[in-house]
Amino acid sequence: MDKFTKIRAVAAPLPITNVDTDMIISQNHLRTIERTGLGKHAFSNIRYHDDGSERDDFVLNKPAYRNAEILISGENFGCGSSREHAPWALTDFGLRCIIAPSFADIFYGNCFKNGLLPIKLPQDIIDDLMEDAEQGANAIFTVDLENLEITRPDGEVVSFEIDGFRQHCLINGLDDIGLTMERSEKISAFEEKQKIQQPWLYK
Amino acid sequence: MSEPRTLYDKIWDAHVVEEQQSGNSLLYIDRHIIHEVTSPQAFEGLRVAGRDLRRVETILAVPDHNVPTTADRETRVDSLESKTQLDALERNCKEFDVDYIPMMDARQGIVHIVGPEQGFTLPGTTIVCGDSHTSTHGAFGALAFGIGTSEVEHVMATQTLILKRSKNLRIDVSGELGIGVTAKDVALAVIGKIGTAGGTGSVIEFTGSAIKGLSMEGRMTLCNMAIEGGARAGLVEPDDKTYDYIKGKPKAPKAAEFEMAVNYWNSLKSDEGAKYDNEVLIDAAAIVPQVTWGTSPEDVLPITGVVPNPADAHDADSKASTQRSLDYMGLVPGTKLTDVKIDKVFIGSCTNGRIEDMRAVAEVVKGRHIAESVEGLIVPGSGLVKLQAEQEGLDEIFKAAGFDWREPGCSMCLAMNADKVLPNERCASTSNRNFEGRQGPKSRTHLVSPAMAAAAAITGHLTDIREL
Ligand code: SF4
Repeated sequence: MDKFTKIRAVAAPLPITNVDTDMIISQNHLRTIERTGLGKHAFSNIRYHDDGSERDDFVLNKPAYRNAEILISGENFGCGSSREHAPWALTDFGLRCIIAPSFADIFYGNCFKNGLLPIKLPQDIIDDLMEDAEQGANAIFTVDLENLEITRPDGEVVSFEIDGFRQHCLINGLDDIGLTMERSEKISAFEEKQKIQQPWLYK
Repeated sequence: MSEPRTLYDKIWDAHVVEEQQSGNSLLYIDRHIIHEVTSPQAFEGLRVAGRDLRRVETILAVPDHNVPTTADRETRVDSLESKTQLDALERNCKEFDVDYIPMMDARQGIVHIVGPEQGFTLPGTTIVCGDSHTSTHGAFGALAFGIGTSEVEHVMATQTLILKRSKNLRIDVSGELGIGVTAKDVALAVIGKIGTAGGTGSVIEFTGSAIKGLSMEGRMTLCNMAIEGGARAGLVEPDDKTYDYIKGKPKAPKAAEFEMAVNYWNSLKSDEGAKYDNEVLIDAAAIVPQVTWGTSPEDVLPITGVVPNPADAHDADSKASTQRSLDYMGLVPGTKLTDVKIDKVFIGSCTNGRIEDMRAVAEVVKGRHIAESVEGLIVPGSGLVKLQAEQEGLDEIFKAAGFDWREPGCSMCLAMNADKVLPNERCASTSNRNFEGRQGPKSRTHLVSPAMAAAAAITGHLTDIREL
């Protein structure tokens, strides 16, 4: 997994609430057996016209935001499906960080497995950041995961919080399957005990 | 004496392998259901890392999202990509020796319908699937939730997940449901009340006499939509209805072991005085048949209502989002919902593709014919539902009424196969999501109960089932 320590990049404003996973990656692009290559389909329904040409009114199509790595959006970002194709599409597209007042649970967890940093902040701070992001190519933010700080274009610093374990894994690009496999003895002990209490689960 | 605990607390506690320093828990997973869309990358991950499945017998695989629903389905997989995914599932299951139900098997169907039918879904277990509607299985008093593909791989390799405990949210629906009001209406009314983020960070336990009164099918419909309220999972405490449903199912415990299991399952009920972080009380009698008007399940109203006016919104954000929804849906504020004309009707999905739903539709359409302007599609949730419906003669009723009666799968719920709502077409659907483009590009979805969908098919517009 890609490590995430610190990025300095343009932030794009997407002031929509309930950005759902169908909007991030629509069903006709789920028919893949790979994790890569989905970036071109990210937000396809609002990014392209029917003939495949780009829509000028979609923020990430605007010249100032084409290289944005940060997205600032509304409440309940990532609601809907469990599809990990959503973070795959966003990271393949080049985004590394989503900042919103709240996220749907499954999407939030999926982000961390893919080097995508979701940051939750109160609505009033989001409103300020959204205003910053409206500044086009000047909307340059620094996101520092080690120090849990966002530096706004004017130099003001905003702190954020994240679960310590997730922070640790993201900074070090750790694969948590490997970590859990080290707990194998504990898992076996659990199974021995459960097998006696609920033998029907071991048929 | 220990503190009184909720059903959720008890299932959680019984599955903690260890508490980790980080404040997370390593939680044991008993059951894992997989389908073709979210599993291939997980198998690939295992292969690349040289890892094996920890307990292959805990996995059940069935293709559902991509499968064609026409009778000639075996030769009809419409795109190469779909075929690649379906073939990958079969190949992976062979390679790793996973219990696999092929597309042409009579037991094939939507994961969340197949699990319960096979007795794979049991009370007190932890159940996961790479699909958000895994919450369905909570109807059995199982802690069941959707996970991403990385977690699918994590469970395959370790039989565990690293998780933080959720909050307890109790939603009590007491009293008697009115005539024509179903579990689907309860689910939509709940979401209308708490919003699509109302359950975020929580597991919902549904309690109250109206919930107790629901059949297992109804409870599944309700828990299915817990995720649309943002919750991690939905739960209903197991009772005799639950045990009667499970008894005799192929993978259910048998004989003495069944009795032993029932004893254990009975001990899981929430204790008197158990603490919930939040509680919502709903009067069952006040629920009216529901219909969505917008592009989020929380955009829901009683069928007796009118299309909302963005000008009435309480803040700028909801004004903008209401306007956006109405533009997409092609609706004019103030229009009576019952005046909204529809082009298609879809009956099926993991929300309402069970036998009880088929019966509800048959009851409405028997001896009637669907409106000329409407195309109606009925897709049973599984091969066993299809069989049962045909044994009861329901298929004949549907066909006589002008419906298309199909083979099982997800179908028009998410339009990954050939079944789609066309651009700007309006569909009354028994599925669970009305997001932009969900049933096909530019499709317009109105979520309703099976009986309401059937009524709309007959009249050609959204209809109050109580008036038909
Ligand atoms: S029926 Fe619809 S919601 Fe249910 S699993 Fe299939 S696609 Fe998902």
